[in-house]
Amino acid sequence: MLNNLAPGAAAGRPFLQVEGLAKAYPGSTEPVFDEVNFSINRGEFVCIIGHSGCGKTTILNVLAGLETASAGHVFMDGREVAGPSLERGVVFQGHALMPWLTVRKNIAFAVRSKWPDWSSAQVDAQVQKYVALVGLSGAIDKKPAALSGGMKQRVGIARAFAIEPKMLLLDEPFGALDALTRGTIQDELLAIVRETQQTVFMITHDVDEAVLLADKILLMSNGPQARVAEIVRNTMPRDRQRATVHHDPQYYPLRNHLVDFLVARSKDLSHGKAPAHPPTVEPGRGALADAPASVTLKAVA
Amino acid sequence: MNLFKTLNFKATLVSVLLLLVFLAAWQLATLPATGGAAGPAVSAEQAEYLKMLGKDPGTAKTGGFPTPLQMGQTAWRHLSDPFYDKGPNDKGIAIQLGFSLARVGLGFLLACVVAIPLGFVIGMSPLLRRALDPFIQVLKPISPLAWMPLALYTIKDSSTSGIFVIFICSVWPMLINTAFGVSAVKREWLNVAKTLEVKPLRKAFLVILPAAAPTILTGMRISMGIAWLVIVAAEMLVGGTGIGYFVWNEWNNLSLTNVIFAIVVIGVMGMLLDLMFAQLQKWVTYAE
Repeated sequence: MLNNLAPGAAAGRPFLQVEGLAKAYPGSTEPVFDEVNFSINRGEFVCIIGHSGCGKTTILNVLAGLETASAGHVFMDGREVAGPSLERGVVFQGHALMPWLTVRKNIAFAVRSKWPDWSSAQVDAQVQKYVALVGLSGAIDKKPAALSGGMKQRVGIARAFAIEPKMLLLDEPFGALDALTRGTIQDELLAIVRETQQTVFMITHDVDEAVLLADKILLMSNGPQARVAEIVRNTMPRDRQRATVHHDPQYYPLRNHLVDFLVARSKDLSHGKAPAHPPTVEPGRGALADAPASVTLKAVA
Repeated sequence: MNLFKTLNFKATLVSVLLLLVFLAAWQLATLPATGGAAGPAVSAEQAEYLKMLGKDPGTAKTGGFPTPLQMGQTAWRHLSDPFYDKGPNDKGIAIQLGFSLARVGLGFLLACVVAIPLGFVIGMSPLLRRALDPFIQVLKPISPLAWMPLALYTIKDSSTSGIFVIFICSVWPMLINTAFGVSAVKREWLNVAKTLEVKPLRKAFLVILPAAAPTILTGMRISMGIAWLVIVAAEMLVGGTGIGYFVWNEWNNLSLTNVIFAIVVIGVMGMLLDLMFAQLQKWVTYAE
């Protein structure tokens, strides 16, 4: 398994290691996915992209401990993942806030679960800190029904961050939001993740979102018998911004690579035709070699 | 000016009008029949004979049904002294109502104690739900009064039997609604609780209970409605005390005014109980 260690990994095993993961439902001849192998380093932001039905959400649920795989293992920080844990915070697709609780109480519920011995003052301080982080201090005593979709998802993010997990799992968190709101929250998420050095695993359908947020993008082939077919390393500088990222010479080669995979290659790689141990590619690097002038130009400007 | 145009105001106006029309119709229907002129002349012997039969042609004929005025007087008499107690067959209306409410309250409380925890367990366990379903389906449609003989025989106390009948009729809607509410709690909330490693008891009280509370309260409201329907019939059978017994007793006294008064009291009390549960329901309902 050491052959697919990402470069730059700390000595020994990476922070999260997924080995030979498979999921088959009884009654079907082919598994939804099998031989899924990848790893995530500490502090890395990893996105997984693939068509519907390739089992992305199942993989995330296995990492969260909410579902069990038919085969394979997941190790986090040297220990096998078996069942849900407060070490992994989850942001659910449909925000999953408790509608009978205010924002404050929703997050306090999570904080109390992590630190049952804390006093109310300590809990409230932690809640306020993370509500402020997502810019919702003004709505802290509102119920979710009184919030917009974007605000609800912010609360979901604040709740996941508030328990200070070792790893954050996001299941297509911005799927239901309009483009404008999505952009704003992406910026916020990026800022928080950089500040907290959080390790993140995120499902997305949005290629631009993946290019902006991820250090590493896992491309999944179509199901049945889907696999992680390729690992794309994002070689753009880490301080990229949504407003300027599309001017980076690496942006389009990278983006085109992802779109080409999803449009043309992913369906030919179903039924287990993708390699079990995916190669790591860096489509952005070529652009750097081809057009060093533009890079320097931009740097000057 | 605006006040007179609101829907509420118009509705109240129509309600009041309908009540007045109803009272007027009642008054007309119970006017004493003016006999004499229209009736055939009777000889002295015939009059004597009719008197002996209790059909005195000299007195004004009434249908026996009280007029609204008589009703008003009776209602005033009951309401002005609701707490008197002159022996087993003559107690104030509030005391009778109190007995009924106490029975309903006790039976209902017992039903809550049984139905809510059991409903919780059934809602959480698909196995138990299927296993208990045939029993619930058979027991649910049984008229609560059908249990009365069995209750009287086994419990041997008429008052406790009344409470048992209330218990048995209010347990089913609560049980079924609690089980349904608990089983229908959104998976994502349970997943949140799972990822936060929430302990089972904390999960039950802080996630499942508030999530299912509106459905549970609906069940309780239905149960209370049924219990209030059943208590009257049960007390008619069991006798002794209570608003149902009062109705039966006044029927035996042939006092229709008292019977009608009791009917109105039962209706108003039922409405108040329902309003109370509607308010509780409002408190626990959440908007998504």
